[in-house]
Amino acid sequence: MGKKQSNSTDEFVKGLWRDNPVFIQMLGLCPALAVSNTAINALAMGAATTFVLVMAGLSVSLLRNFIPREARIVSYICIIATFVTCVDYAIMAISIELHRALGAFIALIVVNCLILGRSEAFASKNRPALAVMDGLGMGAGFTAALFFIGVMREVLGSGTLFGVDLFPGGFQTWTVMVLPSGGFFAMAIWLLLVNRIRQYQAEAEKRAGEQEAAS
Amino acid sequence: MARLSKLLEIGSSPHVTDGASTDVIMRNVFMALLPVTVFAVYAFGAGAALVIVAATASCVLTEHWLCRWTGQPSTVGDWSIAITGLLYGLTLPPDLPLWMVFAGGVFGVAIGKFLFGGLGMNAFNPALVGRAFLQAAFPQAMTHWQAPFAEGRFEHIPSSVLAMPFWEPAYDAVTTATPLALMKFEAEFAGGRELAAGLTSGSVGETCGVLILLGGVYLVARNMMNWRIPASIFATVAAVTWAFQLYDPATYPGPVFMLFSGGLMLGAVFMATDMVASPITNAGCWLYGALIGVLVVVIRFWGGMPEGVMYAILLANAVSPHIDNLIQPRVFGTGRGAG
Repeated sequence: MGKKQSNSTDEFVKGLWRDNPVFIQMLGLCPALAVSNTAINALAMGAATTFVLVMAGLSVSLLRNFIPREARIVSYICIIATFVTCVDYAIMAISIELHRALGAFIALIVVNCLILGRSEAFASKNRPALAVMDGLGMGAGFTAALFFIGVMREVLGSGTLFGVDLFPGGFQTWTVMVLPSGGFFAMAIWLLLVNRIRQYQAEAEKRAGEQEAAS
Repeated sequence: MARLSKLLEIGSSPHVTDGASTDVIMRNVFMALLPVTVFAVYAFGAGAALVIVAATASCVLTEHWLCRWTGQPSTVGDWSIAITGLLYGLTLPPDLPLWMVFAGGVFGVAIGKFLFGGLGMNAFNPALVGRAFLQAAFPQAMTHWQAPFAEGRFEHIPSSVLAMPFWEPAYDAVTTATPLALMKFEAEFAGGRELAAGLTSGSVGETCGVLILLGGVYLVARNMMNWRIPASIFATVAAVTWAFQLYDPATYPGPVFMLFSGGLMLGAVFMATDMVASPITNAGCWLYGALIGVLVVVIRFWGGMPEGVMYAILLANAVSPHIDNLIQPRVFGTGRGAG
């Protein structure tokens, strides 16, 4: 951020692309690889993580002057675990099938390094309003990334999208895409695309800068 | 020119070679594979021929295109990629849809070879990487075995081979279970003579053990293959199987069956001996072969799938750099008796 006055819109937007948690920061890869086998699982996981991100960010930001430096990680984990328990029971109440599909990965949101990282790096140093916007942005970026991976895996691996058959009439499913290794393949393909676009952007910026300097 | 040749040439070892460049070796491997390929087409007909051509074409085209795309001179001319493609084709079922053959070839060369830096850098045998991908992606199509020596196999192309890309293949050819599947699920052991002559079903080029061995002997005679690797694999598989057969002959087949069934011959002679992905030292090669042998027996006897040669070789490929670290040649003038 530096000297530039940061406003809450910036904090939201940066999570979508420039600091995307999965594709740029490479955080929270365990759920991104493990429960992205269908689009619905990916969205549910994204929503759950977003809720925890926002609530944990808000709480840590509010308590930032009370938490002693030496015990901050423990405190963050306690706060995060509280909200994860809420999410766990909420999902169980909404859909027991979804709860089964996500399995242990809901409980594992507690140790998702994305949430701990944002608490440590952002929420503990900023106003509650900014922390909430940061959590929302990061959550949206995380959800979008999981959704893209999930769509690729579900379409190729099962021939469906949101459980709807896309290709009636004998589509050959790529079983490997539903298996764990498919998560790595889909992740790698998206990373390739994202890095390629970022490369083009950097080159375009550099050229624009040179032109400005020349004129 | 005479003055030019007196220039002091500076380079790293080796300084004395026998003149066998990559393309000379690869042309000899091609000669060794020729009988196997001809037999494969004879046994399985037009479908197998198409699979082999498509496999070779997919590997060569992928390599050529990737070289062009990254602005390097094309390395297709050294024959190594054509051999990879041919070997890859020989490991596939004879009625596999051509679009799957292409998908596996592209994956094997791009991920298994090019990402690591091309020839000489690949940690795994690219042909087997392609096959492993297909096995994971299309398990049904990869375990669908056409009966050998079917009537009219030269005129009639199985409909599954020409299946539309991304569409499920429809099968019309007569199918049978492989000897290994019969062993695993029915506890029936095929005879050794039948297996060695290649009268059973299986992947395109893995059925005729005798011809594969002939090709191997040719390469060993030309000193272009480390005979210790296949020898070690055969010895380990035979010894372990023999011990189990002594213990319970009704459940476990004999050494002859294990050696000549499935992809063991093709894998041991042409896949495990991949010069890049196997260890450097002779002692390392013995250890590497023994590891493959034990893994093959373990996967075949207790694994979920009937055949395990591919996974055994890929796992051993992963271990081979560590074998090289473990077993290092004695530096000349040190160690034993060097005072």
